[in-house]
Amino acid sequence: MQLARQELEQAYRQMKTIRDFEDHLHREIAKGTIGGFTHLYGGQESIAVGVCENLKRTDYITSTHRGHGHCIAKGCDVKGMMKELYGRADGLCKGKGGSMHVADMDVGMLGANGIVGGGPPLATGAALAAKLDAEGGVALSFGGDGSCNQGPVFESMNIAAILNLPSIYVYENNRYSEHTGSSYVIASESIASRVEAFGIHTVKANGFDFFEVHEVMKELVAMAREGKGPCAVEFETTRFYGHFEGDPQNYRAPDEVKNDRENNDCIKIFRSKVTEAGLLSDEDLDKIDSEVGDLIEVAAEEAAAAPAPSIDEVTTDVYVSY
Amino acid sequence: MAKMSYREALTETLHQEMANDENVIVMGEDVVGGTGSPGGPEAIGGVFGVTGGLYGKFGAGRVIDMPISEAGIAGTAAGAALAGKRPVAEIMFADFIGLCMDQLMNQAAKFRYMFGGKATCPMVLRTSYGAGMQAASQHSQSPHPMVTAIPGLKVAMPSTAADAKGLLTTAIRDDDPVIFFEHKTLYGLQGEVPEGDYLVPFGKARIVSEGTDCTLVATGRMVSFCEDAAKALAADGISCDIIDPRTTSPLDEDAILDSVEKTGRLIVVDETPPRCSFAADVAALAASEVFSSLKAPIKTVTGPHSPVPFAKELENAFLPSPLKIKAVIEKTVKYS
Repeated sequence: MQLARQELEQAYRQMKTIRDFEDHLHREIAKGTIGGFTHLYGGQESIAVGVCENLKRTDYITSTHRGHGHCIAKGCDVKGMMKELYGRADGLCKGKGGSMHVADMDVGMLGANGIVGGGPPLATGAALAAKLDAEGGVALSFGGDGSCNQGPVFESMNIAAILNLPSIYVYENNRYSEHTGSSYVIASESIASRVEAFGIHTVKANGFDFFEVHEVMKELVAMAREGKGPCAVEFETTRFYGHFEGDPQNYRAPDEVKNDRENNDCIKIFRSKVTEAGLLSDEDLDKIDSEVGDLIEVAAEEAAAAPAPSIDEVTTDVYVSY
Repeated sequence: MAKMSYREALTETLHQEMANDENVIVMGEDVVGGTGSPGGPEAIGGVFGVTGGLYGKFGAGRVIDMPISEAGIAGTAAGAALAGKRPVAEIMFADFIGLCMDQLMNQAAKFRYMFGGKATCPMVLRTSYGAGMQAASQHSQSPHPMVTAIPGLKVAMPSTAADAKGLLTTAIRDDDPVIFFEHKTLYGLQGEVPEGDYLVPFGKARIVSEGTDCTLVATGRMVSFCEDAAKALAADGISCDIIDPRTTSPLDEDAILDSVEKTGRLIVVDETPPRCSFAADVAALAASEVFSSLKAPIKTVTGPHSPVPFAKELENAFLPSPLKIKAVIEKTVKYS
């Protein structure tokens, strides 16, 4: 734990922001305030934050249908995201994208993605651009265990390997490929073992522990930046909510989520580690909790009150010029 | 006849056809639902619930949960079909056909032709489509024009529970590859469904209602939108022929042309963007075949040339609606 106090506070703030953002959405979706298909990231916060705290604003990430956490961790404006989820005119994507398509080019966030496995090819392309720019930039794709069975994901890793691209493939194995057990749909012993077959340096790590995530990523990002080629990591994790909001989750063990919330909650684990080591006090963390709570509350209030897009917007932004 | 939902009609058909023919197999993401999970197989039964109960009845050999590998699913179905099976593959959202396109357009669609009539590829690819649930740009599309344009593929799109059963039965028994579009807002729609074996022939339109002033052609969810628009005009003495082609390939050209010859007016309603679309196709057919019968310009009511937006207000603006259709009917009938 060689992080400075400020870095620890930042990491905790980011994780808590994601948690509260998702918990808020969970409540609002149940009430019917927010429409569409929404997939929550709660439980996996240590990965998004542990990864993105090693990236620069100018580095690129691609994300998934479960993308809110990656967006927040990469620096997307939380209020703009909330408005996007509410389908508002001044949402981050003008209300056109919604949950599965949050993006912010200004912070290198190349989009959540409604297509499973849609991100890795795009991150590979962004890595190609970064290599050509030769400024030490990297591109990273987040993907779930489900995505590792898509052909384009394999194709892009092979391309990255032969072109020696500064790309990083992060797999968050939350045990379920939608509603099907990942052990059933993944033929190899692990995701990591098949990625290794491309000659890509790959590690497996505990995604519940922010510090392990952070340390692993520090090494991988440095490798990619130094031009040592693509690398990958498979993190073990869990999701606290269903595949989508409304998912009855009857494919999970009866006490699985309860058990994960008690024993595998990455935020609780972070909290106990930093307080036990005397790095941050409960008071410090409670203060952040309260500030994050206020931010989410204000973001939600503003989003609820914000105007809907003008219907003229349906046909704008289809092209740059036409 | 039995009253049931569109979803239940599809489920019943899959049960019946799997019982009728042991070569019928079902494969897709979460079609068993829960394989390899603590909850075990059948915890879900398809995200839209269509494949429920199949696994328990027909077993893991014939009801197969697949990884998220759409190209692999489509190609596996095509290969199994070439080798004598009758696979019914599910692609959860029609948008994901993008991932399977090579297996459909270059493989399944062309085997029969390329192999000189010596191969059959009796596969069905079932998929949910359409906007109306704020599912945004990658989960709301209606790509039926794209696959309708491919010679070798047949395309069915039921708008009622009865047609869901009749068309799916025909699709499964058909020896050609069929893309079967289920509108995601219609799964709960109730209707009377014939019991036992029930087949609706491909290329035979359903005459939804008969009238004298205007012909409306629509599929899927747009059929009920046309009915609502026509009902709203009945008091003004305007009556419409509403034609649901039910399959866009083959297309019941006669039903459409006969009606246009009778009414002299045609409006095609479809929820896709307008370019190179089903609406444009039907409009061109009528313009070239029954031009002299036309009393007014042919009109189309479609989505605009844009992706499907997320915000409710934008999605509503994107989609045709009974009100928009009604306004176009009024204008067309008054045209002189």
